[in-house]
Amino acid sequence: MFDKLRILASRARGLLTRRRLDQDFQQELDSHLSFLTDENVRGGMTPEEARCEAHMRLGSVAQLRETNRELRGLPWLEALTQDVRYALRMLRKNPGFASIAVLVLDLGISASVAMFAFVDAALIKPLPYPNPDRLAMATESNGERNGTFSRANLSYPDYLDWKRLNKVLSSIDVYTGTGYLLRTAAGAQPVPGSRVSDGFFHTLGVSPILGRDFYPGEDLPSGPRSVILSYAAWQKWFGGRRDVLGQSVLLSGNSFTIIGVLPRDFQFAPQGAAQLWTTLHASDSCAPLRSCHTLNGIARLKDGISLQTASDNMKAVAAQLEKQYPDSNRDRSAIVAPLSEDIVGTIRPVLLLLLGGAALLLLIACVNVTSLLLARSESRRREIAVRGALGASSSRLVRQFATEGLVLVAAAVVLGLLAATWAMKLLVGLIPADMMASMPYLQGLGLDSRVIAFTTAIAFGVAGLLALTPTLRLPLSEVRNGLGEGGRSSTGNLWRRFGSNLVVVELAVAVVLLVGAGLLGQSFYRLLHVDLNFQPDHLATLEIAAPDATYGQDAQQIVLERKITSRIASLPGVRSVAVATRQLPVSSNNDTDWIRFVGKPYDGHHIEVSERDVSGDYFTTLQARLRRGRYFTDAEDESRPNVVIINQVLARKYFPNEDPIGHQFGDTQLTPKSLRQIIGVVDDVREGSLDSEIWPTEYLPINQSPDTYMGVIVRTAQAPESILPTLETVFHQIDRDIGLVNESTMNERIDASPTAYLHRSVMWLVGGFAALALVLGVVGLYGVIAYSVSQRTREIGVRMALGAQRSSVYGLVLKEAAWLTGIGIGAGVACSVAAATLMRRLLFGIAAWDLPTLVAVAAVLAVAALAASYVPARRATRVDPMDALRCERSHRVIGRLSD
Amino acid sequence: MTNDRSEILQGTLDLMVLKTLEAMGPLHGYGLARRIEQLSEEVLRVNQGTIYASLVRLLQKGWISAEWGASENNRKAKFYSITRRGRKQLTAEAENWERVSGVIGRLLNLSER
Repeated sequence: MFDKLRILASRARGLLTRRRLDQDFQQELDSHLSFLTDENVRGGMTPEEARCEAHMRLGSVAQLRETNRELRGLPWLEALTQDVRYALRMLRKNPGFASIAVLVLDLGISASVAMFAFVDAALIKPLPYPNPDRLAMATESNGERNGTFSRANLSYPDYLDWKRLNKVLSSIDVYTGTGYLLRTAAGAQPVPGSRVSDGFFHTLGVSPILGRDFYPGEDLPSGPRSVILSYAAWQKWFGGRRDVLGQSVLLSGNSFTIIGVLPRDFQFAPQGAAQLWTTLHASDSCAPLRSCHTLNGIARLKDGISLQTASDNMKAVAAQLEKQYPDSNRDRSAIVAPLSEDIVGTIRPVLLLLLGGAALLLLIACVNVTSLLLARSESRRREIAVRGALGASSSRLVRQFATEGLVLVAAAVVLGLLAATWAMKLLVGLIPADMMASMPYLQGLGLDSRVIAFTTAIAFGVAGLLALTPTLRLPLSEVRNGLGEGGRSSTGNLWRRFGSNLVVVELAVAVVLLVGAGLLGQSFYRLLHVDLNFQPDHLATLEIAAPDATYGQDAQQIVLERKITSRIASLPGVRSVAVATRQLPVSSNNDTDWIRFVGKPYDGHHIEVSERDVSGDYFTTLQARLRRGRYFTDAEDESRPNVVIINQVLARKYFPNEDPIGHQFGDTQLTPKSLRQIIGVVDDVREGSLDSEIWPTEYLPINQSPDTYMGVIVRTAQAPESILPTLETVFHQIDRDIGLVNESTMNERIDASPTAYLHRSVMWLVGGFAALALVLGVVGLYGVIAYSVSQRTREIGVRMALGAQRSSVYGLVLKEAAWLTGIGIGAGVACSVAAATLMRRLLFGIAAWDLPTLVAVAAVLAVAALAASYVPARRATRVDPMDALRCERSHRVIGRLSD
Repeated sequence: MTNDRSEILQGTLDLMVLKTLEAMGPLHGYGLARRIEQLSEEVLRVNQGTIYASLVRLLQKGWISAEWGASENNRKAKFYSITRRGRKQLTAEAENWERVSGVIGRLLNLSER
């Protein structure tokens, strides 16, 4: 073994110092010859005879040198370098062909590699926690709507019972998002945070790099207020000083003790933005209620427990609780799924779609380059024949062609990796910061070992394809034929058959990508033009957080709200202003309420409606139409009777044939305090995300349900962005301790919403792939038709000489193109319906078999194909019959000469 | 010369070169070739050049080393000498050779009987 290595090393050295070793050996042979000559002279020969005899005794010097060289070097490597050198020379001689082939392959490879890197970072790379396969999300499900179980949050009492009753989890912990006002040099700043149960970090398997984790029981109402900082927060606001431990910090006016700092690379995607980690401190009004669902669970499965077993057990626990607490836990079951499902579940189909698109692009690129190579191998028949006749073995010829393919692929892979790295940087840079916060796994994006392995696999696949195709078609057996005659038409036919099959594949793939892009584009258009039922233009929005210490009481919050609305309403250019405490429109339907109508039968199934708490001018500011009844007045606070406005969906669903005004509903127990009278019905304002259905919604007067967190909506006469700085000043004048977030216009808010963002990026990427595919497909078709015309020049010349009209020549060429295009489009349409069905989850408001899209794509491709084949067809009609015939002869003559 | 014979010859020639170098000390190619011819009583009168293939192989395996020097009549020549690894190898090969030739000798005697 060692000997073999040693020999290999010595041979490799021999390769590098070839010339010197040759000289050395020559000298050695010379010296040997002179010894022999001396000996012979001593034996009595003449010098002439002696030298001659010496040469005979030594053997042929040339052969010895050759043997010596062979022993010394690596013959196969030398042949390879020779092949590569030859291939490079061939490609240099055809720079157009070489650069197009490399560029086309590079497009396909870089797109695939970049998309794979995203898939790798999001879907393949394990979560950054110890034993990630044991981690699960564990949360409640809600079986109320449409009979399907949808994900829902845990309530605190349910969490405690789950923890106590389950037999399958080694630990279960909960978290919920929150925000804290942090006093910084720049004023009060709302900072995203998370409230977690005591064992949260322990369950994840993460420990602070500085200080300690929460101790058991630290999350109880009796526990101290302590906070663990994210690494970024520690650096940004506390200067990365080690003495922050034990210091107290004011968060929303309450004093917290800093007990630890999380590792720099810590990430928890569901709470990606959280900078301040505090304990649950289950002391708020919600905590004791089984019906108040605000928590999400993470769990570690016991060793040997499968996900299925865990899920079954948790469902049994939930069923037990449902029996025990029929009022609050009706229809509540459990969901136990891999934690990764929680983190990348929504983005998985998107990424797989993009990877699929990139793979199709790669396919088209390969086909394109393959047909280029085929065309070239046809036009190189003569060269092959000559080299064959001169003694090149067929395996040597095959190797030569394979090497050319390999050189192309190698260049494309190198360029592809560079382009992919660049594309990844570009794409990640385009992701807005708050989207990025929810996708922390993308920070690991890059050329890691898996991406390199993938690239290598692609490279081998493509290289194999490119190397094999021309060699399969190499007319090796026809060496003599190739030499003998012009050898055009017969093989031209063969090539046409093979090459045209390839172009059909290209066109079909282009159709699939175009249809995909068309459907996604229309989805996006429809998404942006979905009925909002309010006027989003001229609306400025922002959210504010007021410190609990100053505004802890309802009355203080109401005073603040009134102060805000009156101050803003008096600003120049402000038409009206509204405040909502929960969420602004076009966000989500996460805040829900269970209601029960007075005077209607109730079977215990929860009636879940979306809840918004809004000021009296909310609807007028949004310009949402009132259908019945009246709006709130500013005076409607806790001292007045409870009132509610409902949307039309709620009215239609629960008051199908009657006027809902005057009816009452309350909580599931119909507690007297909870009863509210319906005073109005409004249009279905889109409160949830663009792509979700409109929920039955109840609107409560803000002054009957105030909060320290408010969204402010201002309708302006001028451009809405221009008023944002003024608003900032107003709030600073009201109270410097109020923190502001998300200052933007309503249209910006809608544009930047995750739904719109996702649809937009998918549309652009797939659209890009489709555009490239269209270009490649059409260029491919042009290549096939042009080549076919050039091969048929003589035939066309003869036809025209025999009296064929130009129109019939057009017909001849265009018919061929039409056949190919027709088959390609037909196959493509069939495939694209199948492909679109696969991606229907990403479509919005459009069917996978949307006929107009299919027709439009077919038309676009047909026109492009017609244009691509018109050019060569025109060239064919310009053929002068005499020229064509002469040209054929001169071709032959020149061919012979060049041989 | 067929391939089979040359292969056998290769092995034996390598062994002879090693042994000669061990016995005689450093030698140049011509000296080696002459010495082997003499020792084999001129039975092995092949092209002297073949010795160079053997020398390259042995050099690559690290069993011999080479150095340019001056011959007795002051002619420039490349001198080969056996290395420590070469000696070890020679012992092993020689034993092997004796065993095999013993076996073959016995076999041949057997068939003669």
